[in-house]
Amino acid sequence: MKIAGFLLLLSGWLLVLAAVMLLAVPASRLCFVLAGGGVEILGLFLVFRAHAPLARERH
Amino acid sequence: MPATVPALSEVGMAICIFLILLVPLAIAGLALINTGFVRSRSAAHAMLSTLCVVAIAAGVYFVCGFALEGYAGRPMHAISIAGKQWSWLADEKFFFRGLELDGSPASLAALLQIFGVGLAAAIPLGSAADRWRLGASAAAAVLLAGCIYPLFAHWAWGGGWLAQLGVNYSLGRGFIDCGGAGSIQAVGGLNALVILWILGPRRGKYSVEGIPAAIPGHNTVLVLFGCLLALLGWVGLNSAGAILFTGTIPARVVLIAVNTMLSASASALTSLLITRIRFGKPDASLVANGWVGGLVASCAGCAYMEPLAALLIGVVAGALVTFSIQWLELIAVDDTVGSFSVHGLCGLWSLLAAGLFAHVPGAAPGQWIAQVVGIATLLGFVLPLSYGLNLLLDRVLPQRVPPEGERQGMDLHELGAGAYPEFVTYTEDFIQR
Repeated sequence: MKIAGFLLLLSGWLLVLAAVMLLAVPASRLCFVLAGGGVEILGLFLVFRAHAPLARERH
Repeated sequence: MPATVPALSEVGMAICIFLILLVPLAIAGLALINTGFVRSRSAAHAMLSTLCVVAIAAGVYFVCGFALEGYAGRPMHAISIAGKQWSWLADEKFFFRGLELDGSPASLAALLQIFGVGLAAAIPLGSAADRWRLGASAAAAVLLAGCIYPLFAHWAWGGGWLAQLGVNYSLGRGFIDCGGAGSIQAVGGLNALVILWILGPRRGKYSVEGIPAAIPGHNTVLVLFGCLLALLGWVGLNSAGAILFTGTIPARVVLIAVNTMLSASASALTSLLITRIRFGKPDASLVANGWVGGLVASCAGCAYMEPLAALLIGVVAGALVTFSIQWLELIAVDDTVGSFSVHGLCGLWSLLAAGLFAHVPGAAPGQWIAQVVGIATLLGFVLPLSYGLNLLLDRVLPQRVPPEGERQGMDLHELGAGAYPEFVTYTEDFIQR
């Protein structure tokens, strides 16, 4: 889950970069930038979730 | 961000040097906050760690940091994508060679960042206090100052691709970050989160059922004095950063100082109000965190915002800090000082708020998209990079102190002497748990 989370973070960033580079129409660029941000938030959620039980187990 | 920052007049240069020399007060404030928040048995270790980490960060930045970061208008590596130049790394020489230390904007930027990188490196110390080995924190500072910080700072401050989003893609004026909300605060805050994930919580923080216990700091007075000291440092950081990295005129220092103060005040008062309502009494540690969170939130757009916007940004920062510290505790992220909430989250909020509230003269619409791209870069590139590097470091040099060291306290275990040798030590601190 942790690796998936980090991959999602990276994918979201690449999506944002691709939107900036490839899309010229402001509305579609905005949509893809926000979609990339959404993917990153999902990735962050997964990374947080993956670490919570790890921290408790270690404790 | 302009392609090149114009040379400063002599008066402008003098003002800028004065402002830069205020920045170490931010480090001093942070050091006091970190020290006050830890238990008395780790106080000397917390202060010494800050000193060591700041020294190492400055040294590493001198050796290779500036060479990788560079400055707008100076040599840099760029790739061409669809006819647009994407500068991803500076092309300077190591050891400041080729940089005239003569008061030019580039030399002043290097001076500012010798302090700035120290501030960024000191942020994770607060989060991981009471369990992070001195040697490991020094090695992590090398990674931060030699790789993570210069890379993002080049993109945002050194004329890199983020700064050029305005020129290349008509996104506002490109990514703006006057006082280092992204380059210093968010980078340091995300690094703190990574260290927290790797180290895990302190012994005794969670019960077997996973319920968090409060481990209060040993000296609230140090914490609150550190907050006041940090204000001066932040005024210097925001003002000097705005002049050197966004080409702001020195006369705007007045607006910047007002915005910084208002944001910090609003944030601290919001934290005070929330804790008063929730717990019946104001919580000094959360109010202190709120104050610093407000300082951090003021960073990105301080030179281009109305004071009313700064006030609003501060209110949001205060709420963000207060709730996120408690929420993180519930999901087993044991942040001793609250550095991730204060520097990481408020840094990201500051960047977004700059896109929403800043009125940058001559900027095309879409400033907030440029800011979102910067935030996405911090989360999608800086965070995984920092995690990977620090995880690798943990394999080579274990970052967490052994259980025996945590029982003894970091002072005795790592330094051989406590910060307060004449204090009576609580015996339960040394009972095997």
